[in-house]
Formats: sequence, structure tokens, C-alpha cells
Amino acid sequence: MSSFAGFFDIFKRIYIEGDGLKLLGEGLLSTVIMAVFALVIGVLLGIIVAIFKVIPNNNFFTKILNAFANVYIAVIRGTPVMVQLLLAYYAIFVSAFREFRFRALIIAIIIFGINSSAYVAEIIRSGILAVDKGQMEAGRSLGLSYATTMKKIVLPQAIKNILPALGNELIVLIKETSVAGFITVFDLTRATRSLVADYYEAFVPYITLAAVYLILVLGATFLVNRLERRMRKGDNR
Amino acid sequence: MITVSGLKKSFGNLEVLKGIDYTIEKGEKIVVIGPSGSGKSTFLRCLNLLEEPTSGDVIFEGVKINSPEVEIDKIREHMGMVFQQFNLFNNLTVLENITLAPMKIKGLSKEEADEEAIKLLNRVGLAEKADSFPAQLSGGQKQRIAIVRALAMNPDVMLFDEPTSALDPEMVGEVLNVMKELAEEGMTMVVVTHEMGFAREVASKVVFMDEGLITEEAPPEEFFANPKTARCKDFLSKVL
Repeated sequence: MSSFAGFFDIFKRIYIEGDGLKLLGEGLLSTVIMAVFALVIGVLLGIIVAIFKVIPNNNFFTKILNAFANVYIAVIRGTPVMVQLLLAYYAIFVSAFREFRFRALIIAIIIFGINSSAYVAEIIRSGILAVDKGQMEAGRSLGLSYATTMKKIVLPQAIKNILPALGNELIVLIKETSVAGFITVFDLTRATRSLVADYYEAFVPYITLAAVYLILVLGATFLVNRLERRMRKGDNR
Repeated sequence: MITVSGLKKSFGNLEVLKGIDYTIEKGEKIVVIGPSGSGKSTFLRCLNLLEEPTSGDVIFEGVKINSPEVEIDKIREHMGMVFQQFNLFNNLTVLENITLAPMKIKGLSKEEADEEAIKLLNRVGLAEKADSFPAQLSGGQKQRIAIVRALAMNPDVMLFDEPTSALDPEMVGEVLNVMKELAEEGMTMVVVTHEMGFAREVASKVVFMDEGLITEEAPPEEFFANPKTARCKDFLSKVL
């Protein structure tokens, strides 16, 4: 009981009387912004890369697209996101967005987005392949182009099928952004590390951090489930 | 209207079509029959290039359509196709299924396309299903909608790939009736089917395919009364 009281005292000292809540709030905002925008970039890029991969490779141009997609996925998936972050921040984009206050955050969003897109591309590709090929044939037989049929018919069905996997990707992203502190982004983890340093306490801040991530992930799961239910309306399956 | 010459199609090492020469005139109703694996569906799918011929020509209204310079989407606007598995767009309502292509390709407004679609739906007695999704329809209803969807583009020819083979026996009639009406209106039709009654009643010519070749062709009375080849006699004795 005394240890519980001790826990609460320390919690109160850091988060209520001290500046813990403010810093944690700032970190939370960065984490959420990174995860959400990275997912948006990941899905948009992922769709493009997935289509590059599934497009029938019957001429030189489409063979190039195919090859590009394969190399892209191999390189992005084959190197740690941490290494990609360090490379981007300290080497590739050294002179980009120099004056911009949120430089690190922007670079983190771009890198997490690109990283995610390689995984999302494979998820979407499997979703596209799971759509009956008669759907594409029916569209083409009416005179619709490959692109129009893909956009209006195949992709919407593919996305609906892979929504659970995309939800999973959001969860992975929320947690993965915890390494963004290495390129100076003030995210949840980095905020907590600074609290640990300021208050000479480790247990309470880290437990709190874990709890915040857990709540974030549960919230994301809830939202994805709701979206899934809404998209399944209208099809009796 | 459609002339096929020297048409060959191979899948890997398997030669499915071994040199087909045939001409379909405007207004004809060609019924293609034959044992499974004889290449009937592949032949039909070569007509609108869902399958790319390995060699030979497919000429539609004077244009060789299996050449790289031809914009195949433009050609397909004039050729409707109905599939064995219906292939209605699962993510769209019945009305959207029908209006998508007219709006996208012909540039019809939503109002114009809807009006046209409702007219067609009334013809097949399914207007009340306009806002249903395909998953809520029976097989026969789906196939009638699929026919309407193809008709909404005002095609010059309709290709039917075993349109009743995936249907419950009870529902075959309602689909065949729509096809008969279409035939009476003068539509040019190419129908791959196992419905011999339909062939007898509607066909202007019956074509028998065997092992990748057209081996017999005749008006239905003559075709069913005097099959010439042994293989055709054998086939008819099993299905009639």
C-alpha cells in the first residue's frame, strides 16, 4: 500500500505539480501527428507502388515500373527505419527546410511514410489480387480503361478487404515513431526521457509512457473497427 | 461485322485455338456449342481481346483490332459482354453498375444515365432493385442486370459467355427470355451456351467447335437434323 502511495506521490510531483503533463502533451501531439500523417503518406505511396507491381508487365514501360517497385520494396524493407531516419536527417536532407521550426518532425513524417509505404504496398497488392479478376474483365469489356477500372472498382474492394491489416499498420506506426527522438523530434518517448532526467525518477514516467501508448493503440483499434463496420454495411456477407 | 481469320491462341505450350476462320454478319445470332475444353470461351474472349490472339486477325467493322495501334477501349465500347459469373461490380449499387460506363465513357450526366438505366431496368422487370447491391440479388437477377449493364452502352454486338451455366435451373428461363427479346430486336449476338433449346429457337447459325477448330456450321434445323461429323453426332447424342 505504501508503495502505491509512493507511486502516486511521485506521479503527482511530476505530472500535476511539475511540467510533466505539459511535456507529455507536447510529445503526444508529435507522436499522433507523425503516426497519422505517415500512414496517409504510406497508403498513398503504397497504392502507387502496389499498382506498379500488379500492372500486367507486357511492355517495356510496365516492366520498368515492375522492377522499380521490387527494388523500392526490397531497399525500404531491408534497412532499419532508424537507419533511414539518421541518414535522412544527418546526411540527405541536411540543408532542406533549414529555417523551418518543425524540420525534424517533417523529416520524420516523410521517412516513416516512405518506410510504411513498402509494407502497405504489399498489403494492398494482396488486397488487389484477392479481388476476383472478373471485376477487371467486366470493366474492360465495357470499354473502361485499366486505370478507371482499378480506381472505381478494384481498389475500393481491395481497401475494404485489407482494412484490418491497415489498422495493424497504424498500430505499428504509433509505436515505431518512438525512435524519432534520435533525430530530435520531441515525441512521447523523448518527452518522458527528459522527465526522467529532470526528476531523477524512472519507474513512474516509463510506466506512464507505456500506459499512454497502450491507450493510443486501443483508441486506434476502436476507430478502425468502427470504420470497418461502416464499410461493410450494404454487403450481406 | 466481325471477321476472324487464322486465329490461334496458346496458353504456354497448350494450343487452345488452332486456326479459326469465321465471319459474323450484322444481325446474326451465332450460337457456339461444343465439348468443354474445345476453345469456345477462348474464341469468344478473343473477339473483344480479353484474350490476346497468338496469331491471326480479328477484324471488327473494318478495323483490325488485335494490332498495337488500335485503342482497344474504344472498340470495346461497341461490344457488350456477359459473363458466366455475372461479374457485377460488388462495390456499386445496381444503378451505379449500369451508369458507370455511360457516364465515364460517353460523358452522360448522372440524370441522363439514371433515366436510361431505369428504362432498361423496367424492360427486365428489375427497376425496384436499382439501389440494391449485387450481393442482395439472386443469380438470375444478377445476370439480367449484367445484360442491362452491357446494353446501356448501346453496343453493336453482344457476346455471351455461358450466361446461364452458373444459374439455378429455375432461373435459366428468365435470363434466356431477356436474350430472346434482344434477338428479336435485331441485336447481333454471339452466344456460347449449352442450352440447345435456345440454339434451336434463336440461332441463325449454330457453330460446333472441337479441339480448337470450328468443325461444323449450319442453320439450327439442318444442324440438329444432320450433324456431319462423328464427334458432333456423339456430342449431340449426349446433350439432347
